[in-house]
Amino acid sequence: MKKKITLILSLVILTFAFLGCKKEEGEKLYVYNWGEYIDPEVLDLFEEETGIDVVYDEFEQNEEMYPKIKADAVQYDVVCPSDYMIQKMIGEGLLAEINFDNVPNIKYIAPEMMESSKTFDAENKYSVPYMWGTLGILYNKTMVDEPIDSWSALFDEKYEGNILMIDSVRDAFGIALEYLGYDLNSVNEAELDEAKALLQKQYPLVQAYVVDQVRDKMIGGEAALGVIYSGEAIYTKRENPDLEYVVPKEGSNQWIDSWVIPKNARNKENAEAFINFLCDPDIALMNFEYITYSTPNEAAREMIEDEDIKNSPVAFPDQTTLDRCTPYQYLGEEIESLYIEKWNDVKSNVE
Amino acid sequence: MKVPLNVKNKMFQKPAKDSDKEFKIGRVNQVKLLSFPYIIWMVGFIIIPLLMILYYGLTDRDNNLTFKNIALISDPINRKALLLALELSLISTIICLLLAYPLAMVLRKNHKTSNSFIVLIIILPMWMNFLLRTIAWQNILEKTGIINSILQFFHLPTLNIINTSAAIILGMVYNFLPFMVLPIYNVLVKVDKDVINAARDLGANGRQTFLKIILPLSIPGVVSGITMVFVPSLTTFVISTILGGSKIVLIGNVIEQQFRLGNWNTGSGLSLVLMVFILFSMAILSKYDKESEGSNLW
Repeated sequence: MKKKITLILSLVILTFAFLGCKKEEGEKLYVYNWGEYIDPEVLDLFEEETGIDVVYDEFEQNEEMYPKIKADAVQYDVVCPSDYMIQKMIGEGLLAEINFDNVPNIKYIAPEMMESSKTFDAENKYSVPYMWGTLGILYNKTMVDEPIDSWSALFDEKYEGNILMIDSVRDAFGIALEYLGYDLNSVNEAELDEAKALLQKQYPLVQAYVVDQVRDKMIGGEAALGVIYSGEAIYTKRENPDLEYVVPKEGSNQWIDSWVIPKNARNKENAEAFINFLCDPDIALMNFEYITYSTPNEAAREMIEDEDIKNSPVAFPDQTTLDRCTPYQYLGEEIESLYIEKWNDVKSNVE
Repeated sequence: MKVPLNVKNKMFQKPAKDSDKEFKIGRVNQVKLLSFPYIIWMVGFIIIPLLMILYYGLTDRDNNLTFKNIALISDPINRKALLLALELSLISTIICLLLAYPLAMVLRKNHKTSNSFIVLIIILPMWMNFLLRTIAWQNILEKTGIINSILQFFHLPTLNIINTSAAIILGMVYNFLPFMVLPIYNVLVKVDKDVINAARDLGANGRQTFLKIILPLSIPGVVSGITMVFVPSLTTFVISTILGGSKIVLIGNVIEQQFRLGNWNTGSGLSLVLMVFILFSMAILSKYDKESEGSNLW
């Protein structure tokens, strides 16, 4: 009896040992990206072309991605955070410098985008822009009385139950601060309290706090107004022609999501190959057409066939709109937790 | 655990002979061996994680001993979330009980006829993923959802319960109702007809038979039903996120957010508080469940 069991046990152990060995074969790349932020076919093409096996994970908020990179629990090789988060990660020494000899396609990225990137990556050493855009209001023309051009609509009682607010701390406070006429990178606690009071007054008017769900809800006519990133606007309008996107007159946020490589990435060269692949104009165009977020890739933009989209003020806003928009800055750990604390108060509806 | 009981019975019934003794020892070892995978499972996936939660809950980021994480429950946000979660899960447990008990009684009565069909109907939704069913409820309840489209078609007033506590309670009742029906039903079918007939023979009317015979005998089923509904309702964060539109924050959401933002210590501390509430409610329940050893199927 005992012998049999020993035999079985050793067989089991051996099987596991062999399974363990198998994993070592082949090149790997661990990618960590925003949800619905790449054409899945692009990943297939990359695997086909390079023979590198891609393991792909998604996140919904910068604040959710950061602790995983910081704790180094999952070893991602290439990640796509937003501007202010990249600034924070550079400051904490979490990122590796990219070897641009391996990323020759960087030449296709618009120079003004590289310039804008300097607000968070001063020497353009750590990041390669992937997508960019603005934050604004998507509204349903059939459900509002007047054309929307101000954040004030989000705080207007007549739209009670018809507002989809964004469930993201910096964006929510950014909106409130801009509406009050303050800087969206405010570190003044009195201003933040004022913003919090405004958001608390908004709470009863809000139908739901959402991020990715806003798209389908707006297409379905579930609400009159929704806070949304500009990249979703083209897609939603295609699905429901009544929807219109606007960057409010008080000003808003202009953001850039860029690829970065964590310091202890195991497959750094594969990561650079991946970034280079994404900067290829054909691939960038594929991605643009699939996710409809504004591409920083000049060559790809030139290749867009549909003139309306190529010159769309939503996807590629003019300078006067951009002048109203400010990028987020990283504000330090203390202020950041102040923001989070106040945002939790708002959502839990407590004083 | 039927096997060990049989072994025990045999040990008690048969007079011991030498050859028998050896045989028995072999059997006992075999039984111990059979429970071995479960013990490994329990240690690896229940005991060790619990100890880790205990460790994280009682330390801060620099691994110093602290009770701060547990004290955080008195923070207004967390306290409100806990009270709200207790309230909503209590309401949905009561609703489940009120719905499930009569149903189980009906099932007991038609024991031989259409019974298995009804049980199938109750279990059938559980073949689908829990998350999908909850998202389906979102589509049903939405402002432009199925119910409201039908109501609008007949020019009736619309139903606006999505993103409120009512929608969350509905989601809890819908998802956990089978866990209340099945244990009660399982206990009720085992109540011997002769016991009831004896009561009737001795002059008890229908009400008395129910109150003095059926109800006390069904308590073990009710107790496990309550546990099976109350505990997952208290800790849920998925139902409140999907049907509450992130506007209603339950303690499960608070804990989930803490873990998602990387505050393992705070999340664990709050989990420990929640565990106290769960153990407390189970202790109360087990008082009513003393005589029911073995009949408790869940």
